[in-house]
Amino acid sequence: MPTTIPRLADDRLEPLARAYADAEQDRRRKTLTGFAVLLVLVVLAALVADVDLPKFFGHLDAIGSYVDRLARFDSGDHIGEIVLTHPGEWMWGLKRWFRLLFETLLMAYAGTLLGAVGGFVLCFFAARNLARSETTRWLAARWLEFCRTVPDLVFALIFVYAFGLGAMPGVLAIAVHTTGALGKLFTEVVENVDMKPVEGTTAAGGSWVQTIRFAVLPQILSNFASYALLRFEVNVRGAAVMGFVGAGGIGLDLMEAIRKFYYADVSAMLVLIIAAVMLIDYGTEALRHRLIGRETAR
Amino acid sequence: MTETTLGAGALAGTRRIRSALGPAALANRPALEKRHPEIFAGSRARRFGAVAIAVALVGLLLLAFWRLDFSLGRIGTGIGQLIHFTTLMVPPSPGTVGRFWLFMNGLGETLAIALLGTLGAAVLAFPFGFLAARNVVPVRVFQLLTRRFLDTVRGVDTLIWALIWINVVGLGPFAGVLAIMTSDFGSFGKLFSEAIETVDAKPVEGVTSAGGSPLARLRFGILPQILPVIAGQVLYYFESNTRSATIIGIVGAGGIGLHLSEAIRTLEWQQVSLLVLMILATVAVIDQISARIRFAVIGERRLET
Repeated sequence: MPTTIPRLADDRLEPLARAYADAEQDRRRKTLTGFAVLLVLVVLAALVADVDLPKFFGHLDAIGSYVDRLARFDSGDHIGEIVLTHPGEWMWGLKRWFRLLFETLLMAYAGTLLGAVGGFVLCFFAARNLARSETTRWLAARWLEFCRTVPDLVFALIFVYAFGLGAMPGVLAIAVHTTGALGKLFTEVVENVDMKPVEGTTAAGGSWVQTIRFAVLPQILSNFASYALLRFEVNVRGAAVMGFVGAGGIGLDLMEAIRKFYYADVSAMLVLIIAAVMLIDYGTEALRHRLIGRETAR
Repeated sequence: MTETTLGAGALAGTRRIRSALGPAALANRPALEKRHPEIFAGSRARRFGAVAIAVALVGLLLLAFWRLDFSLGRIGTGIGQLIHFTTLMVPPSPGTVGRFWLFMNGLGETLAIALLGTLGAAVLAFPFGFLAARNVVPVRVFQLLTRRFLDTVRGVDTLIWALIWINVVGLGPFAGVLAIMTSDFGSFGKLFSEAIETVDAKPVEGVTSAGGSPLARLRFGILPQILPVIAGQVLYYFESNTRSATIIGIVGAGGIGLHLSEAIRTLEWQQVSLLVLMILATVAVIDQISARIRFAVIGERRLET
């Protein structure tokens, strides 16, 4: 079925074509301006950050050799051999590293749970639909913002001076930062709940706490648990570097090994950390899918 | 929205009535329980499950407290110390004008590290995103390998990468740029490939049926769909990297973190509070700007994405 599309007369086509070209040119000009601004920013940033590309490319082989050194023994009987040939010797500190890794996981767990409790309590004060007064809402929201914006490592640096070296300041630092991070997410969840059960509980004479317990909590609990599990994943990575500032976990040993160029130890600990992080990621993902599945089944 | 305001108003307005309603309902409770026993009994299995989970969570927490040497005494003295530090922090002050400019320079370095690191990671991860996407490279093994590689890179924290890069390129902000680039490369690769896998196949089919080459399929079929998504993600990571770039200086990889850790180590609390305020302000400004750009980039396509 051959059809021909009737062609518009040239005098009527011309303004349309011009308008199209104009619009296209306008779009193109905007994109180009955006790219130009970005380019200027990048050049500026490169100047500020001392980016030295010739030096970098000159050192490019250093990256390769660093990876190579990570993969070989740097001392002992098998010096120069690939670490996988003698796994027993490579993992000589396995007992200590496992203990430290376990400690790191416990830090992440305790920090996440304490932070989740903090965020749980504060989110009801910070949520627009449940807040009891504008003043407490403002205070709670600003406090959560502060906890969220200051990185956990900065809290750890300060806490190490206040509480002394060890895992405790690390846990508290993770907890405070997690309070902020989870508190904000929890607040958003609470602000999006269905208000009808809340009105029902209020109408039946429920107090503020009873309203939260019977009208809000059933709606949000699985969401909260899912967010807390996600945060746990983040905190495992965070707890692994807490040792850099003396706040416990495997980080201190790792930093010493990197700084003192104990290549085989560095690679051994990195492999252990990566394995732990991946295991935790898979575990929490499975748990979250079960949580979400239960929610949709209900 | 009206519903929320209604709810808030209802909560505030009924406080007086509630004081009479609550006791009345409670007084009627035995009768209610007799009439609707199934509502009050609840499910025993569910209650047992909830208690078991709570006990397990608290038990593990106590184990953590014990293993990590928590003590009430230490917490008490620590909180006392924290209050003491806080009183020493006001008013925030850099000490000398020269040091203020040093701090500003550090802040500029931090922003530069975040920008270059994020952009570099995005550029590096872009081709990997295609390679790891099921609908572009249909070789399952290949895809699995790329994914695992990206996961491995992602599993190592930015700060660890910073320490390693310092060994390679020396102390300074460049090591920070490379550290952020490496760790974000892993995240971007994963996010991009997921974005590519969820594209609508119809435009691609359209390009194919019009005789487009594989490259034309990418350029005109896939790219227009994923660019807004990718731009949004890159901007979001830029925001979060501004935060990470503030701490990367703690290990010596440039930025304001260097000054911050130095101020804390020398117990110059007024400088510490100033630096924290500067970080807070910068992060707030960057959040605002990036939210605005993100809205401009993906705003018109919000319904699709």
